Amino acid sequence: MKIKYLSTGNEACGEGAIRAGCRFYAGYPITPQNELTAYMSRRMEEEKGTFIQAESELAAINMVFGASLTGARAMTSSSSPGISLKQEGISYLAGAELPSVIVNVMRGGPGLGNIAASQSDYFQSTKGGGHGDYHIIVLAPSSVQEMFDLTYDAFALADKYRIPVMILADGMLGQMMEPLEFDDNIQPRGIVPKEWALTGAEGREPQSIKSLLLGPGVLERHNEKLQRIYREISENDTVWKEHYTDDAEKIIVAYGSVSRIALSCVSAMRQEGCKIGLFDPKTLWPFPYKRIRDLAGGGAKFLVTEMSSGQMLEDVRLAVQDDARISFYGRMAGGIPEEKVIIERLKAM
Amino acid sequence: MSDKIKKPESMKDAMTHYCPGCGHGLVHRIICEVIDDLDIREKTVAVAPVGCAVLAYDYWDFDTAEAAHGRTPAVATGIKRVLPDRLVFTYQGDGDLAAIGTSEIIHAGNRGENISIIFVNNGVYGMTGGQMAPTTILGQTTATSPYTRRPEKEGNPLKITEMMAVLPGVKYLERTTLTNPKEVINTKKAVRKSFELQLQGKGFSMVEILSPCPTYWGLNPVASMKRIEEEVIKTYPLGVIKDEN
Repeated sequence: MKIKYLSTGNEACGEGAIRAGCRFYAGYPITPQNELTAYMSRRMEEEKGTFIQAESELAAINMVFGASLTGARAMTSSSSPGISLKQEGISYLAGAELPSVIVNVMRGGPGLGNIAASQSDYFQSTKGGGHGDYHIIVLAPSSVQEMFDLTYDAFALADKYRIPVMILADGMLGQMMEPLEFDDNIQPRGIVPKEWALTGAEGREPQSIKSLLLGPGVLERHNEKLQRIYREISENDTVWKEHYTDDAEKIIVAYGSVSRIALSCVSAMRQEGCKIGLFDPKTLWPFPYKRIRDLAGGGAKFLVTEMSSGQMLEDVRLAVQDDARISFYGRMAGGIPEEKVIIERLKAM
Repeated sequence: MSDKIKKPESMKDAMTHYCPGCGHGLVHRIICEVIDDLDIREKTVAVAPVGCAVLAYDYWDFDTAEAAHGRTPAVATGIKRVLPDRLVFTYQGDGDLAAIGTSEIIHAGNRGENISIIFVNNGVYGMTGGQMAPTTILGQTTATSPYTRRPEKEGNPLKITEMMAVLPGVKYLERTTLTNPKEVINTKKAVRKSFELQLQGKGFSMVEILSPCPTYWGLNPVASMKRIEEEVIKTYPLGVIKDEN
């Protein structure tokens, strides 16, 4: 039976996690993701799961480390300054190959910044964040529905590859309300046996979960294995959405809330007969380089628009390999790209 | 008699990396003996720290997890909440527990997490080269307190176990040492009590063990034990600090 109701993005994210079988959540209050923590405090009790309001973001991510190493589906959430604090734990999760889901409802930075929507943690999320040679999967929802859907998917991806997955949302997506619809009988998917989990060594040899690998060459071999997994993810699980790109002469590249604004621009300009398309990456890591390269091969020009000084822009430049065909329009620290300006920029290209 | 000197089943047959006269090997063995005595090797999940005991998982023959420096009680919290019927304990040094992990230990205690903490206090950072620890006693020279620890410059030794005693969620605290067979037996009793309380669901408990570090105290193993008995216990008196059971 389908159920449909109005939800904030933050609460949709929480419900998506619960429907994916997440029964462990630890978090620490920070705006603009507080609705998610509050939602989990209520729902985890109903589902006989664990909710912990941790003493810090450091503790929260490490509680997730502990829950995950037992094989449980576990999640934490925060916003930009809190995500910076979690980077230590994310690096350890990546090193120890522990599946886990981390939600970042981005706000303005650097520093304490402000509490308005922003996309300025793109570099931090997709290029490392913590120390060491690692990646995490980064998913970019653009609607309340996708806050649910991508969080639901995140747990299966995390388990499939034994990797942390980040939901990279922003304050606007977290706070806004839209209709949310899902099948009330939806079951967790992608459940895999976790023979690596620590549960007490009953009937088997004892095992360890760790990222410390001291022997000569041992860490390098481990990191090479991680890189093989990253290549596999790039080949199999790079996801994006395209709108009107078939015949597009100019393509907007935008993710998250900004892709919604961009889609309005595409509709408006299509009515004027302009051949405009939209490319909306759903995985920011792995980034859909190849598909953008193919679109560029068809001769298209690109306008990158995002709520940052031009962070995703660098990945689009890597894909297109021709700066003359790329324009950029960014707003920072709570500024939101305006339809009127996007249209002006497209016309000027 | 031959039974008594056998390697505990819970201990791997491995050469440790510990310096001669270090207390960690003794504490590792004590824990393993208690786990064997309680027959819980197959239902134990331990969390090892960052510090000298970071390689504890190479010596213990039960499930073991790593934790980032000081986050040990947070990791143990995550494990225990999912697996409430397993024995979950952390093994932490003074830097891990009383400096970088102060927040995690206090809040795990305050939540009354049903876990056991084995706190090995030797008053220095051994792994990194003998720097001053939060528990370094006044007058002690270390790599980073070359003029000794002075209250006006470096602050006083942190008595974290006494601090923990005010928290209602904390049910049992005891400080022991390893300086002679009697104290070793006492330590074993305290560790056993902590584990038994957890298995009974009684809540948070911690055993602080005053341990020697001959290498960074600049003393031989025997003189190190003597220093604990003559100097260290003046700052850190032995005995039960809290027992609400």
